[in-house]
Amino acid sequence: MQLARVIGDVVATRKDENLSGITLLVVQPLTPERQPAGRPLVVVDSIGAGVGEEVFFVRGKEASFPFHPAEPPVDASIVGIIDHWDVER
Amino acid sequence: MQIARVVGTVVSTKKHRKFEGAKLMLVQPLNVDDTPRGAALLAVDGAGAGVHEKVLVVLEGRAAGEVLGAKGAPVDAAIIGIVDEVDLAP
Repeated sequence: MQLARVIGDVVATRKDENLSGITLLVVQPLTPERQPAGRPLVVVDSIGAGVGEEVFFVRGKEASFPFHPAEPPVDASIVGIIDHWDVER
Repeated sequence: MQIARVVGTVVSTKKHRKFEGAKLMLVQPLNVDDTPRGAALLAVDGAGAGVHEKVLVVLEGRAAGEVLGAKGAPVDAAIIGIVDEVDLAP
C-alpha cells in the first residue's frame, strides 16, 4: 500500500456499469516525509475519504476486493484513512 | 520478495474491516548494499517486526492476504520475516 493525500475528485457520468455509485478521487502519493512520490493518480474510494485527507491505497487486482461481489474494473482503491504516522529513519 | 527496513508505524482508525487488528508499518525497500530504493510503502506486519529492523516483504496480494488470514483482503504488501543476515557471493 502507499501513503497519499486526496487532492481532488473525478466525475464520470458514462462509465462501466460496475462503477456506478463508486466515488472516484485523485490522490497524490506521499513519502513518509510528506513529499510527493510520483505523479497523482485516480483511485476509487471504499471507505468514505474526502479531499485533504491522508489515506492509504492498495494497487492491483486487490483494489476491487472491497466491492465484492461486484468486480469493478479498477486498479487502485483507498482502503483506509490515516490518523497519524510516525517515522524513525 | 524484497528486503526492506521498517521506518515507521501508521495508525488508522477508519479502514477496511479486513485490516482490523493488523499492524501497519512503513517500510523502505533497500538495495543489496542497504541504500534506500524507491519510495517507502505500507505493509501489514505478519512477523512481529519493530522499527529499524530489516525485514522480508512480499509485494503481491494473495501472499499478503494470507498474512492477514483473510480471503479477499484488499492488501498488496506484507512483512513475512525478519532478516538476520544476507550473505552475497563476492
